[in-house]
Amino acid sequence: MSDTTTINQGTGFQPDWLDGIRINKSAIERRTATIVTRRSVKKEAQTAWQLKAVSCIDLTTLMGDDTPGRVRRLCGKAKRPVDPALLRAFGMDDLKLTTGAVCVYHQMVPTAVAALEGSGVPVAAVSTGFPAGLAPLETRLEEIRRSVAAGAREIDIVITRGHVLSGNWQALYDEVRSAKEACGAALMKTILATGEHGNLTQVAKASVVAMQAGSDFIKTSTGTEAVNATLPVSLVMVRQIRDFYDRTGMRIGFKPAGGIRTAKDAVNYLILMKEELGRRWMEPDLFRFGASGLLSDIERQLEYHATGAYSATYRHAMG
Amino acid sequence: MTVKSYFDSLDYGPAPESRAQVDDWLNSHGGTFGHFIGGDFVRTKGGKTIDAFAPATGEKLATIANGSKKDADAAIKAARDAQGDWEALGGHGRARYLYALARHIQKHSRQLAVLESLDNGKPIRETRDLDIPLVARHFYHHAGWAQLLEEEFPEHEAIGVAGQVIPWNFPLLMLAWKVAPALAAGNTVVMKPAEFTSLTALRFAEICQEVGLPAGVFNLVTGAGETGAAVVSGKVDKVAFTGSTDVGKVIRRTIAGSGKKLTLELGGKSPYIVFEDADIDSAIEGLVDAIWFNQGEVCCAGSRLLVQEGIAERFYAKLKARMEGLRVGHSLDKSIDVGAVVDAVQKERIEGLLKLGADEGAEIWQTPCELPDTGVFLAPTLVTSVGPDNILMREEVFGPVLTAMTFRTQQEAVALANNTRYGLAATIWSESIGRALEVAPAIKAGVVWINGTNMFDAAVGFGGYRESGFGREGGREGMLAYLKPRYEAGLKDYAPIPAPADIAKPKAGSGLVGVDRTAKLYIGGKQARPDGGDSLIIADAKGGYAGTASRGNRKDIRNAVEAATKAAGWAGTTAHLRAQILYYIGENLSVREREFTDRLRALTGVSAKKAAEEVAHAVDRWFTAAAYADKFDGQVHSPPMRGVALAMKEPVGTIGIQCPDDAPLLAFTTLVSHAIAMGNRTVVIPSQRFPLLATDMYQIFDTSDLPAGVVNIVTGTEDELLPALASHLGVEGIWYFGTADGSAEVERAAAENMKRSWVNYGKAYDWYDVGQVAGPALLERAVEIKNIWVPYGDANEGGKSY
Repeated sequence: MSDTTTINQGTGFQPDWLDGIRINKSAIERRTATIVTRRSVKKEAQTAWQLKAVSCIDLTTLMGDDTPGRVRRLCGKAKRPVDPALLRAFGMDDLKLTTGAVCVYHQMVPTAVAALEGSGVPVAAVSTGFPAGLAPLETRLEEIRRSVAAGAREIDIVITRGHVLSGNWQALYDEVRSAKEACGAALMKTILATGEHGNLTQVAKASVVAMQAGSDFIKTSTGTEAVNATLPVSLVMVRQIRDFYDRTGMRIGFKPAGGIRTAKDAVNYLILMKEELGRRWMEPDLFRFGASGLLSDIERQLEYHATGAYSATYRHAMG
Repeated sequence: MTVKSYFDSLDYGPAPESRAQVDDWLNSHGGTFGHFIGGDFVRTKGGKTIDAFAPATGEKLATIANGSKKDADAAIKAARDAQGDWEALGGHGRARYLYALARHIQKHSRQLAVLESLDNGKPIRETRDLDIPLVARHFYHHAGWAQLLEEEFPEHEAIGVAGQVIPWNFPLLMLAWKVAPALAAGNTVVMKPAEFTSLTALRFAEICQEVGLPAGVFNLVTGAGETGAAVVSGKVDKVAFTGSTDVGKVIRRTIAGSGKKLTLELGGKSPYIVFEDADIDSAIEGLVDAIWFNQGEVCCAGSRLLVQEGIAERFYAKLKARMEGLRVGHSLDKSIDVGAVVDAVQKERIEGLLKLGADEGAEIWQTPCELPDTGVFLAPTLVTSVGPDNILMREEVFGPVLTAMTFRTQQEAVALANNTRYGLAATIWSESIGRALEVAPAIKAGVVWINGTNMFDAAVGFGGYRESGFGREGGREGMLAYLKPRYEAGLKDYAPIPAPADIAKPKAGSGLVGVDRTAKLYIGGKQARPDGGDSLIIADAKGGYAGTASRGNRKDIRNAVEAATKAAGWAGTTAHLRAQILYYIGENLSVREREFTDRLRALTGVSAKKAAEEVAHAVDRWFTAAAYADKFDGQVHSPPMRGVALAMKEPVGTIGIQCPDDAPLLAFTTLVSHAIAMGNRTVVIPSQRFPLLATDMYQIFDTSDLPAGVVNIVTGTEDELLPALASHLGVEGIWYFGTADGSAEVERAAAENMKRSWVNYGKAYDWYDVGQVAGPALLERAVEIKNIWVPYGDANEGGKSY
């Protein structure tokens, strides 16, 4: 098996893979409560982990009042997320640190593509009638195609939650599969909107179906559900990623989104990835944070590591 | 290591917990500790000492005293002197001290956690997140019991001085489990911690000083096994021991007949059952908590994995992958899962067992993890290719060793789970509530965890079945282990009623005889001739010939126990059905009141009024037992989690009963009726002097639909029958009412398979006093409490984001 990730072509619909899936909520919570107390990352290691977290951020703006100016500012931050003086202090001058991507609505794709040209930072577009995903299928697929045409290299799609709630896995498969075809070579991240699933067993089954249909990443949330990324939901999803890899040899990425605001949160998610999936899943090709406020907290922590003094938000360039 | 290298490797890096405060504390004592007796630290001149080491590094931490018998006696005397005032202080007064202890433990939680981790070798994460919070929780909970003592246990008083001996695996937690209920109930304590791990106990003694606990209420004598033996055999009133089953048996035998109350929390080989409908990844993670928690040095460790065949291959593969992620290291490293084994001696023992297991054909797999260069460490180990005969399936390893085998059906899982001498805990993983709640009661264990493992709480009793010991720690039942009924102090001596030296022979030719009556044994619902073919001549009250009773022997006891074992279905019948049958027995006895009254008069010589009164009470007793059959229910506890713990009252099993001579009908009735009301089966040796009152009952049993084998009656001599009954390994409980010597004999014989024994120590119970021998006071002897932990939850309301 190659160590580089390739686009997931899907496995075809395999409903029998869902049969044995049972998730015990109390046990999941027990694991997530202790996974972050079993491991501690301090000093140089902590700095390194926080820098890694920065490289995994999909720097995101998904607001009705987004403008090209706002998006360009965000892209500037994505290209240079951490003050070079801090990187120097850590002996990391030569680290070409960027965020994992910039994530915007379709309308803003051309602006972002232009702003990020030459930086290597991809533009991700949320699509398919984000966030509810209830637009007509044709327009949802057309939205994907247009974003890809406009230069988005990554597409974050949303699923029809009703298919999950009614257990209509075939319909979910078909929907994601057609989105995959529309994505073409673009990386497809499938947002399950887990906060709108009835239980964790549904989350697990939806994860598996999404991967069967060709998702390159599975993502927790749009950021607009009442509950977004949590460690329990994430644990359930990454365990499905592990099983999928065991079955197919295909590595699928994971993207928690919504509610991840502190450097401590970010490190805890990285611990989860390391413990449940291993080192390989701690790189931006297989792990992203969907976040907007996280970066500024990490920057403050990095300054503390560099200087020994606790920092203030206004000292760091805003995105 | 630089930021750059960590950025590439994403290793965790070192995360040591600071030990500065602990070093300061050790230094403040000059690294040397005496005993804590009568409120002060005392050193015995010329006394022996023991060095305490950190197993993670081999570093010497301190020197502690190795107590002599003299030290133990001095501590017991201090405790004795303090006990009266401590009990007289009252519940609220004691509650204040227990509350203060809880608070101070929290205030020094970090220091205690670091000290425990250093001294024992266990991960700081566990002492910080589990041991010490549970210690505080235990003192809080028992502050509550002290506060409520007079209301909740009105007819009880403190036992006196408690001698307590605890192991090294959870040093301060085991101390708390023993000290908190003892003090709450008004006892004073002499504690002997394990020689490997005495430092947190010594720090606790200091905390007792800090909160102003009256001198002598808590005393601490450090030392090894001999010191413990001196405490146990000293003038204490109660012995509580947690440790190995072998030592538990020695203690049982040593103090047999002394009248000291005893609770034993011993070893285990607890099953961990994974059904095919389980959340498999969670079940694997549960194993980390079950067997690699505390290096597997846990009496209730889920050390026997039973996994359903259909998922076994996948399960083992996932398990090995998970094991490869376990980190073994220095106990103060915050990023480890498994710490150091407590001592090189223990490591050698574990490795010896692994070798024996391998010689018997076991396949042994150890994680290829890095082990520190110094200290005493063992890699997490998985043992497969074994059957129930392999030593690693049978014996407690007390180390990070999981032994696994498969099963086919639910019935087979239960059978394999119960195929052990132990019965401490069990874990069940299944997402089917019907299955999980059917399996939980079927497993012989004091604690059952469903879809989780190693959950503990002060409100939920903990303790074992079978050779895992008896008595419970925690909860209401745990309080009862440190209290005694007030009436006990006033009991008079029991006097056996001897048969007359000469029994007048019936004269020949004295007229037409009545139809000859034959009192046989009653075994398995059938009247059985005694194996030996002998009879005992039974005298009437005046020394005249009253008839014969069968003279049973060992083989009759064997047959009776076998019949009782076969009648196990009685436990599974509904309480309603048992009640109906017991009422019916009472009804049928009442029909024959006159006959029994006459029989009592003739045999015992009591007045007609007194005889009628005894029969009337006997009828009443059947009604009482019947009434309680469906009312002496368990409890539902609310431990601090989303879930419940069901405290179920289960029958002890087969109970052997030796009846006293006084009130021969009423005593027999009382004991048997209450035992079987709870679902037990009985093998009864009636009074040797008055066996006919018992054998007269079997016709009533026959006509009252009592299933065969529930009550078995073997008449004969106590000398011949009792040893066979008390030593029978298929008997789970034994109740003895006779002499002091007989009581001692029974307790000694009961030790081998840890029968729950209830003996009268040569005292006479008042069979007419319902406070002593009817209702709950007696029913508590007839049940085991099993706590079934049922965490629940499925709805996705977002869970807990941290």
